[in-house]
Amino acid sequence: MVQLALPKNSRVQKGRHHPAPAGAAKVKTFKVYRYDPETSENPRWDTYDVDVDACGPMVLDVLIHIKNTMDPTLAFRRSCREGVCGSCAMNVGGRNTLACTHGHAETPGADCQISPLPSMPVLKDLIPDLSHFYAQYASIEPWLHTTSPEPQREWLQSPEDREKIDGLYECILCACCTTSCPSYWWNGEKYLGPATLLHAYRWLIDSRDEATGDRLDALEDPFKLYRCHTIMNCAQVCPKGLNPAKAIAEVKKMLADRVV
Amino acid sequence: MASYRTPLGRARGLGAAHHGASHWLAERVSAIALVPLVLWMVFGILRLASLDYQGAVLWVSEPLNAVLMVLLTATAYWHMHAGMRVIVEDYIHKTLTKAVLLVLNMFVSVLVGSLAIFSILKVALGGAL
Repeated sequence: MVQLALPKNSRVQKGRHHPAPAGAAKVKTFKVYRYDPETSENPRWDTYDVDVDACGPMVLDVLIHIKNTMDPTLAFRRSCREGVCGSCAMNVGGRNTLACTHGHAETPGADCQISPLPSMPVLKDLIPDLSHFYAQYASIEPWLHTTSPEPQREWLQSPEDREKIDGLYECILCACCTTSCPSYWWNGEKYLGPATLLHAYRWLIDSRDEATGDRLDALEDPFKLYRCHTIMNCAQVCPKGLNPAKAIAEVKKMLADRVV
Repeated sequence: MASYRTPLGRARGLGAAHHGASHWLAERVSAIALVPLVLWMVFGILRLASLDYQGAVLWVSEPLNAVLMVLLTATAYWHMHAGMRVIVEDYIHKTLTKAVLLVLNMFVSVLVGSLAIFSILKVALGGAL
């Protein structure tokens, strides 16, 4: 059965409070999920009263400010700070997003709650274990498959065919979509999830690829593909504005094309 | 116990079942078929409300009405079975519980659907007069 309550050792408890420095002009409270695997303690919600005038406008700016000036033990992933690497994906105010491109003022309400991507095992604080997510991506063999002899130069593609992968190749694999999908929460072990299926479609419609049938064979499965019930959370949260649900629908249409 | 299975091995799992497309199509086709059938049934129920017992039996005995009622019942129970199956697959993860529920779903759908169709045919073929 679906687990509706968290196991005892996963229940999030009240944590520590970090007050704002004296003389702070504009204070906003950030409620941050903390978990330390080195201790046997449960996860907890720490609250930080941050002087938002002293840091940048994005959630990532706030987290870096907290780590630098208030609490160096806070752990999170970050790299490019401009929405191209996908490292800082997390849940802000109940919505998966990239901390670096999401302004803390965009989240309504006085407080701002920050937690790791839902449904994934947590390694520490805001860092989820994405091994299974990456392995699922690898399982669709996301590279060009050909059997024809290699051309002298590159495999040619018309501008029209190139346009077909627009809206797909931009995916940065941040996992915002996949971890926002309830179907993935219940069946993530087998269901490939929106990000992987979007990439699967990206290779299915690549005019240079010669393994379309094999790729469809590998996807035709009640769990790997058909757990998508067009819930559409994926399209709502994608920080790059992509639409994985549409890509999945296109895969289903290609599979239907094979039988009728 | 620690598992030394690689993440890729876990992700590939048992591989693809190589079916699902026909099932997906059948769910959609049955849903489309149910639209006119249900609209016809609403019309039929309104019609039956103004008839007495004899009139109702005669109405059901008309070939078109009897056939449409059988088709509606069969399609609706098939569709119900397919929908319930998806719900079980979504939420039930214990192999034995899942198998039992899937079989139960099929038995109940077939039993209740067959009873309904038999009853329609009984009325239509004059068994209720």
